[in-house]
Amino acid sequence: MTETHAASTAATYEQGDPGRASASGLPAIELAGVAKVFHSGSEVVTAVRAMDLQIVEGEFFSLLGPSGCGKTTTMRMIAGFEEPTSGTVYLHGRDVTGVPPNKRDVNMVFQSYALFPHMNVFDNVAFGLHRKGVAKDEIGRRVNEMLDIVGLTGRGQRRPRELSGGQQQRVALARALVNHPRALLLDEPLGALDLKLRQAMQVELKRIQREVGITFVYVTHDQNEALTMSDRIAVMNDGVIEHLASPREIYEHPATRFVAGFIGTSNVFNGTVARMAGDVAVLEMGASERILVPIGDRAVRAGDTLDVTVRPEKMDISTEQPSGDLCALRGTVTEVVYLGTSTNFSVTTSTGADIVVFQQNSATARDLADRGDSIWLSWQPQHSYPIG
Amino acid sequence: MTTVAARPTGSASGQPAHGRRKQRRWTRAILPTYSWLVIAYLVFPIAIMIVYSFNQVTTGLPQVSFAWNGFTTRWYQQWNGIPQLTSSFWLSIQLALATTVLAGVVGTLLALALVRYRPPRFRGKAAFEQTLFLNIAAPEIVLGASLLGLFVTLNVARGFLTLLISHVAFSIAYVAVTVRARMAGFDRSLEEAAQDLGANAWTTFRKITFPIILPGIMAGGLMAFAISIDDFVTSNFVSGPQVPFPVWVYGATRIGIPPQVFVFGTAIFTVGILCALASVIMSRRHRPA
Repeated sequence: MTETHAASTAATYEQGDPGRASASGLPAIELAGVAKVFHSGSEVVTAVRAMDLQIVEGEFFSLLGPSGCGKTTTMRMIAGFEEPTSGTVYLHGRDVTGVPPNKRDVNMVFQSYALFPHMNVFDNVAFGLHRKGVAKDEIGRRVNEMLDIVGLTGRGQRRPRELSGGQQQRVALARALVNHPRALLLDEPLGALDLKLRQAMQVELKRIQREVGITFVYVTHDQNEALTMSDRIAVMNDGVIEHLASPREIYEHPATRFVAGFIGTSNVFNGTVARMAGDVAVLEMGASERILVPIGDRAVRAGDTLDVTVRPEKMDISTEQPSGDLCALRGTVTEVVYLGTSTNFSVTTSTGADIVVFQQNSATARDLADRGDSIWLSWQPQHSYPIG
Repeated sequence: MTTVAARPTGSASGQPAHGRRKQRRWTRAILPTYSWLVIAYLVFPIAIMIVYSFNQVTTGLPQVSFAWNGFTTRWYQQWNGIPQLTSSFWLSIQLALATTVLAGVVGTLLALALVRYRPPRFRGKAAFEQTLFLNIAAPEIVLGASLLGLFVTLNVARGFLTLLISHVAFSIAYVAVTVRARMAGFDRSLEEAAQDLGANAWTTFRKITFPIILPGIMAGGLMAFAISIDDFVTSNFVSGPQVPFPVWVYGATRIGIPPQVFVFGTAIFTVGILCALASVIMSRRHRPA
């Protein structure tokens, strides 16, 4: 139960130096044209390609992407463990390219926690303050205060290996936060925890971030984690940021096919624009089958081909042809999976696309369709998004 | 209820199962018994030495005999009764301590280089590792003879210095290999964490790396001490007028070993056992989480 214990002393936490977070207007972290190329033997690997990124003071920012997308390299360049091959790293407007990690005012929470095994919890957390030459009684006060915040009151004398995974995670967090860094970098910090604990820690991390008001940069490959906690997310793929926006924006309006596929489940349709009705493109998919796509400020003309993405939960299944200005497609149910709160239908459309539809099992829910049934799919036009 | 009902059936059929278990227990004793026999084989000569260090001597000039003449602690009281033996023993102790420190430092730094760096930063690493292995595998008689040749050619007077140079030369590889093995599981992110928290390179080494690899260094140092203090072959080539303990003992065998040799032998063995125990305890305490 201690894992989800929320410290009541958090309100007494003092933010770093007074006036430090004053609105200087500068981003907490800025990467300008940063690239990183690794040479291993004769192999040349480009981990990050000419990246521009600004992270705002006090925000919870996530770098999300599959393994090998360059997210950890990006974070290690911010921390100073890797030097960019080209480009500049700024921390609060100061060029820190070439500055070693011990002279950068950011702290990191490592994936392996990297707790010092030969020191107890208190000494682990006090390590950074000792390096800064903080007075002994102040170190004691600040370390205990931080242990309170992360819910480890009275565990200062324990060795790291005597703690559970979740507690070690909290020590790692406390050890970084106690220094009042300008930004906290977290490298997949919840990766080693089991699902229940991970979800509890997600809520905890968000709470702690709100309380201490420090910029968090969070590296993860777990889309749920990123969606749950972040103010903004940068979705990375192959060394490039594919989409940088709020979680809602990224989920609802994925910028690229990769983002649409990586975040949640997406159905992607490909069709030719038959005609334009104002700023809505009409894709005729067959007899009385059509997809309406609001194209926004894109330049789209009749005859263009268009990739369109629709989230599975936005679609409805019916046995009769839907009426009104809805998108409508004919299909055959190939699989029905009951999931308690919802039911997943796998459907093959008349054009041959395999798609997924989620239907909530609400009180009025009835058996919509069985395997092999011919059905109609429909959805509101505003849930169609052009991508690519 | 069904489980309760099933229980008596289980114990009724337990009779043959018990017999099988008994048979298994007997076969399982084979390897442990064998291991204890091997240990007895290894310890037996040492035990004889310890026992006969308490033996009375009836000959005029005191020398070891393996007829039991009765218990005495006389040789322990007169442990320094033979001045040459005592001084050769102290020479060996000084030599082993100096070797431990020098080979410990040099070998540890080598191990760090071997663990940390790869080509292209560490060019010729593979060749270097081969050399280390050769250093361990090379017959000592070759090393001793070549060192003697070197010292004679360079006209270096043989004495403590030549002994020390030789002992350090053959200990370094052992230390490097031992420390490297202990560093295999070292998590480099610990050092990154220390740097991230504001520690410079030297503080990181002093506060993090060194304490964590210390048991490995101790094990390496112990190895250096052990092979230095009982080295005969190389020492026999490169020692000056004052010979170390093993060389003196070898010389003494021609006229008969005085009982004090067994006293020193027992003392070295006891200290060795204590060091080994301390090393085991330390590495248990410092085992990374």
